[in-house]
Amino acid sequence: MTDAIHVEVKDLCVTARNAKGETFPIVSGINFALKRGEVLALIGESGSGKTTIALTLLGHARPGATIAGGSIRVGDAEITKLDRPALAQLRGNRIAYIAQSAASAFNPSRTIMDQVIEPAMIHGLMPRATAEAKAVDLFRALALPFPDTIGSRYPHQLSGGQLQRLMAAMALITDPELVILDEPTTALDVTTQIEVLRAFKAVVLERGATAIYVSHDLAVVAQMADQIVVLNQGRIREAGKAEQILHRPADDYTRTLMAAARPAIRPTPAKADLPAAPLLEIRGMTAGYGKIGKDGRPRIPVLRAINLTIERGATLGVIGESGSGKSTIARVIAGLLPPASGQVLLDGEPLPPGLQGRSREQFRRIQLVFQNADTALNPAHSVGEILQRPLAFYHGLKGNAARMRVAELLDLIRLPVALIDRPIGGLSGGQKQRINLARALAADPQLILCDEVTSALDTVVGAAILDLMAELRRELGIATMFISHDISTVRAICDDILVLYAGTMVETGPRAAFQSSPFHPYTDLLIGSVPEMRAGWLEESHAGAAPTPIGATGDHPDLCRFLPRCAARVEGLCNTTPPPRHPLAKAEGITSRILCHHGDESLIAS
Amino acid sequence: MIFNALSQAKALPLSGKVGLALVLFWLAVALFGPMLAPYPVGAFVAYDVFDGQSAAHWLGSDYLGRDVLSRLLSGARYTVGLAAAAAMLASATGTALALTAAVGGAKVDEPLSRFMDMLISIPSKIFSLVLVAAFGSSLPLLLLIAAITYVPGNYRIARALAVNLAQMDYVQVARARGEGRFHIAIAEVLPNMIHPLLADFGLRFVFIVLLLSGLSFLGLGVQPPDADLGSLVRENISGLGEGALAIIAPAVAIATLTVGVNLLIDGLPGRGKRA
Repeated sequence: MTDAIHVEVKDLCVTARNAKGETFPIVSGINFALKRGEVLALIGESGSGKTTIALTLLGHARPGATIAGGSIRVGDAEITKLDRPALAQLRGNRIAYIAQSAASAFNPSRTIMDQVIEPAMIHGLMPRATAEAKAVDLFRALALPFPDTIGSRYPHQLSGGQLQRLMAAMALITDPELVILDEPTTALDVTTQIEVLRAFKAVVLERGATAIYVSHDLAVVAQMADQIVVLNQGRIREAGKAEQILHRPADDYTRTLMAAARPAIRPTPAKADLPAAPLLEIRGMTAGYGKIGKDGRPRIPVLRAINLTIERGATLGVIGESGSGKSTIARVIAGLLPPASGQVLLDGEPLPPGLQGRSREQFRRIQLVFQNADTALNPAHSVGEILQRPLAFYHGLKGNAARMRVAELLDLIRLPVALIDRPIGGLSGGQKQRINLARALAADPQLILCDEVTSALDTVVGAAILDLMAELRRELGIATMFISHDISTVRAICDDILVLYAGTMVETGPRAAFQSSPFHPYTDLLIGSVPEMRAGWLEESHAGAAPTPIGATGDHPDLCRFLPRCAARVEGLCNTTPPPRHPLAKAEGITSRILCHHGDESLIAS
Repeated sequence: MIFNALSQAKALPLSGKVGLALVLFWLAVALFGPMLAPYPVGAFVAYDVFDGQSAAHWLGSDYLGRDVLSRLLSGARYTVGLAAAAAMLASATGTALALTAAVGGAKVDEPLSRFMDMLISIPSKIFSLVLVAAFGSSLPLLLLIAAITYVPGNYRIARALAVNLAQMDYVQVARARGEGRFHIAIAEVLPNMIHPLLADFGLRFVFIVLLLSGLSFLGLGVQPPDADLGSLVRENISGLGEGALAIIAPAVAIATLTVGVNLLIDGLPGRGKRA
């Protein structure tokens, strides 16, 4: 390591052209400098220009944009003055890029090894055999399974977290002096994120490469960065040492970001005037895809033996990794997927399993809000049309009366009434999600199923949506099923929480039960994987460590499904006997129910 | 209404405006052409065949010494009217069936799709020959033949679009709201496939012009002495060697018409904005 400045960006300005042909800056006045081996984090919401800046270091501007001014120096090369062949010499060689979605960055028709060593081949840096040997070393360093043979597989045979690490291997094969990581863990589950972060830290940083880490998540950045640059609307709001930004932020905007990253616990509203009978009850529900076999299980089972109740006006949080069957629960309740067995009861009356046979009144009382407002709102319709449809459909409201009600709804979700004739394409992500919510509210429902409603949004916008939902709940007394992969969000807003792993309920209980240990081992892993906003957390955290080896697993269908990843598994018990469901006592008479062999004492000990 | 159309025409890109101008020109020719024709359609008025340009015959004379301009002005009506009507009929039928298949589930989709596969496997010319032989050539029959021939192609494209759109979240939301299939097809799916379908319409239109020309060449299409643009090209094919205007003029006419239709459709506002 030398003290000389390695990467320096001065007065960078990138401009783009809008539909009218006017040129306007997307980022301007960007200055930062990095010593060799340092990590700089670019933090900001979507649209803040962080990826734009990261790409300029490769000498690249996205179509429609141009690098208009300033200087970018990497080592002895002035990027802005290089021509195309010189840039091609630099990219993937001295400067490497790791993109957000590894799944779409790999070519599905070529093997992993071919693609990982490609940069070295293109630049003619080493013979093929040397490159392959080096790749295997990198696979090992990145803690990938089967490092010797993983290269002969194809991308579809690997998980998202593995692909993300392989992408790091591809970037590092040429020993670049600068690595640009563009939101490399954003699309991953928290439990996978921690593994990937560990691998990145071990390999990218300890090889002495300078790195630029683009992210919107301050807690993730806290684990990696030496310096942080906070961006907002293409300008630097605050820049400085990581430690200073994280603990003594000077700028208001940085404080807003910090606040949004840690959702405030919202108090449970009083629900005095509501009857105590449960609104929705699910009894012994099993669901999945494909034909239902003789044993009553579908060919591809997704959910097993789900039992849950939602009280009137209450919020139930459902949490789990991707693929755990969270969304399938919502689809079954909404009738989009008939369950293989079991019952869904609304107000004590069984609902018909599928869409057929449900009355319009039953449809009205349960409303579904999808994760991605971009695809959940029909782009061919205007805001007014979207909100008027449920009004006309359920309440027979037409013409002026419907327009009045739409105006009320827009007011309720804090959007200006002037948006009413706007097509959906003309709204921002947060506005779309509000319309998505308002469409459900227009039906005047008793239960809203929210499927990851804040996941696709920036933290600040997501926090505003959560505030709005808490407020609506207080005012309208609507029960909510809140599906999320983010345990801190769920803990902040839900009364009861259900933890789902591979379609089985592993822990259920009131919110308070999720504040203090002991937890089910999987809940423990989930909670332990959420990054904390301080340096050094990654090293201290024990989450995601390799579990103890265990003997052969029996073939009983009801064995613990978390077994292969469980850190507290017991040889001779967990791999032979299905776990019982039993209460787990927590502080002051609060209990949750878990599906595990362990009792209170043994879980505290682990 | 008219003001609206005008402001939309102004918003078109240059290529779209050119397309619009060409389409309007040919519509005008189709409507008023026969009135403007200087000579009767079937009259032998020139002394020489494949004559060049002259004051009496602006576009020269054809292989029998008839006035090409008059034949062109009278023939445009058949091509524009027949092809446009057949293309519209084919697209409307194909799209309606495709939407039925997309929202109706496998039980409707499978038989319908296999029936279309069967239809698509019948060679269109042979099919037309049989029908014309059985019923005799008439304009309604030509219209029907052209429509039936191009329904399966449109159905395939529309079904592929509709099946994809039917998986979108907003359709799932509509289903979970309890909406009927008709509403889903018309209000949720159809508006999002209009633009690619218009592009498809442009293609069908061109194909139908070609099919009708082919039929006319075989003597099964528009009957002499009337002729559509396609048959004008075919009947004057012997003039190709000497570069006679009699063949160039109708060819240029077909080209400008089809290119105009496609330019206009490509210029229409894309998905998400309504045309």
